[in-house]
Amino acid sequence: MSPQSIPIHALTEEAHSIGNIRALLTEIASLLDKLDRNNESGMIDLNSLPLAPGEYEKLRLALGRGEVSARIDAIGPSEIIETHYPGVWWVTHYNVEGDIVADLLEIATIPEIIKSQPEDMHAGLARLRTRLSEVAE
Amino acid sequence: MNQHALLFFLRGQGLKFAVIVFTFGLIYRLLHPVLLGRKKNLAAPRGGEWGPGMRTIWHRSLFPVRLTPRGHFIIIAGYIFHLGFLITLLFLSQHIELVKNTFGIYWPALPPGAISIAAVLSIAALAALFVHRITDPVKRLISDFQDYLVWVLTLLPLLTGLALDMAADYQRMLIVHIISVELLLIAIPFTKLAHMLTTFSSRWYNGAIAGYKGVKA
Amino acid sequence: MKDHETLSERLAEQGISRRAFLKFCTALASLMALPPESAAAMAQALAKSLRPSVIWLSFQECTGCTESLTRSYTPTLESLIFDMISLDYHHTLQAASGFAAEKSREDAMKNFYGKYLLVVDGSIPINGGGVYSTIAGRTNLDLLQETAKGAAAIIAVGTCSSFGGIPNARPNPTGAVAVSDIVRDKPIVNISGCPPIPSVITGVLAHYLTFGTLPDLDDLNRPRSYYGTTIHDRCYRRPFYDQGKFAKTFDDEGAKNGWCLFELGCKGPTTHNACATTKWNGGTSFPIESGHGCLGCSEPHFWDAGSFYTPLSAPVVNIEATTLGAAIAGAGVAVAMSSLDRNKIHRAQQAHEIMSVKDL
Repeated sequence: MSPQSIPIHALTEEAHSIGNIRALLTEIASLLDKLDRNNESGMIDLNSLPLAPGEYEKLRLALGRGEVSARIDAIGPSEIIETHYPGVWWVTHYNVEGDIVADLLEIATIPEIIKSQPEDMHAGLARLRTRLSEVAE
Repeated sequence: MNQHALLFFLRGQGLKFAVIVFTFGLIYRLLHPVLLGRKKNLAAPRGGEWGPGMRTIWHRSLFPVRLTPRGHFIIIAGYIFHLGFLITLLFLSQHIELVKNTFGIYWPALPPGAISIAAVLSIAALAALFVHRITDPVKRLISDFQDYLVWVLTLLPLLTGLALDMAADYQRMLIVHIISVELLLIAIPFTKLAHMLTTFSSRWYNGAIAGYKGVKA
Repeated sequence: MKDHETLSERLAEQGISRRAFLKFCTALASLMALPPESAAAMAQALAKSLRPSVIWLSFQECTGCTESLTRSYTPTLESLIFDMISLDYHHTLQAASGFAAEKSREDAMKNFYGKYLLVVDGSIPINGGGVYSTIAGRTNLDLLQETAKGAAAIIAVGTCSSFGGIPNARPNPTGAVAVSDIVRDKPIVNISGCPPIPSVITGVLAHYLTFGTLPDLDDLNRPRSYYGTTIHDRCYRRPFYDQGKFAKTFDDEGAKNGWCLFELGCKGPTTHNACATTKWNGGTSFPIESGHGCLGCSEPHFWDAGSFYTPLSAPVVNIEATTLGAAIAGAGVAVAMSSLDRNKIHRAQQAHEIMSVKDL
């Protein structure tokens, strides 16, 4: 049997759909509403959801890409994309080998991970002061 | 004994015991009166026995037209219960799997939604018949402990089976469901529930007597 | 390595930023099945935590559990976790051998008495005084009892140490038992699975480090956050089960369409584990997604619970012959009893006397 002789069947759009996408979009809408009204941010952990094969990609298509994208390098890269819906961020953390370790939808004006952390600022300030004192001498 | 060991027992030796009691008891109860024979009828036959006997089995399964409204209620509720119970028992895919894995024979299943409707109707009919039994003075008077016992034993498998896919703990509900089924199997030969077979032999006998006398049963 | 410094000090030494640590905690929260918002709080707590000493004992096992953990898909994550603990004894991973290896275990036990974590994989054989498995000339039973005494808590990794596992399968020649059958006076967490999901192992360790306590456990002492729901509950093929769409063989149309595998013996409805959401091999797939039913490996006695291919609704014994035998026996007894009863009737009829004038 040659590989060419294996018949290829195109699956229809609904073949594997079990309705998770609509449910997710509804949840996103309600979280976005909360952000808009009460300035409350929210998160959805995509790893904890029983998505059917293909639904992840469908969600990507449904949310699309917006104006902002950012990249963080901290024990592996992280990709932060504002989706087509402002306030809805897709945050994907990778490890150094390029596997996804966390995959989140963050509904916020700015994702938490982008903000500078106080501890890092303290350490950075200390470094800067050391440098200034060295320059002064 | 943890839940897994209990489930394993119920799907194994427990089921085996229940099936032995059920099959042995029911075959015995069916055959014993038949083999006991009857007194020789000295009257000259005015018709056959086999034909009228079989006809009566069929005829009495049909819906009787001339009845009082109360009679209608019992007949309709009885039909709904029996049909619902049989559909649930025979056409749920999980039940067909049981038969397939045991005897190798199988048939197409009905969708789970249809089974659920059948089970709910069956339960509703059982509930209505129960209310009728305790409110009707005559029925209440002639009902004994066994009547209530077999009602509970018949209701439980339907209820627990219906609850299976809604239960928070599938395994626990499956255990309860199988226990209820095995209790029912064990109880059948010792109670009125043996009518699941003997009803046909007694109907045949009624028809046969009438046939011998040359009258309609 | 210094043993009593906090994690934040160690991270600073290694030049790991707080943001990187927050990312790590986000990944941890995700695998611990905690709400993603709790990552910041976790980072706070973890940064202040001290590295606990961990002694890992391997008994009657196949090293699959250690393989699962060390080859898991997030090496940096797991290595960070290992940075957070001080693994003082693990005879597959440690460099030391012989007397030096045993000494490190004894030292850890002495120095951290009452504080160290004991991790166990593999079952413990107790037949014949436990001679079926020994380490350094001592039985597993002996080692476990000795090491358990000073442990703050025990983590049983894998189905063997949790429930006895495959060594415990009938006829169980070595008398293999679970840790909980031997140690009764210590808190035990069972992380069952054959092998267990690696992130569940790290998740439980992380929970202990973050909160200083063991996670909430179910009635089989498994952490509820991973074992709280069944495979069936979270299975993406569940809608097919609800619609009654089942694969009948492994290569029919239903199997190709990804329908429910209940009729092919899937044990998803009675199996508690996180495979359906956490998945395996870097979130690639899990058995059902690959087209095979769940074996129920995270449950007690899964090896002896009937065929992997018998549907849950079918019997685990063959009742065909039994049914036939019972029917024949019933018929036989009916024949015997009816002939006996016929005789009785006959005799009763014979005993009748004809009434005479005298009787009147």
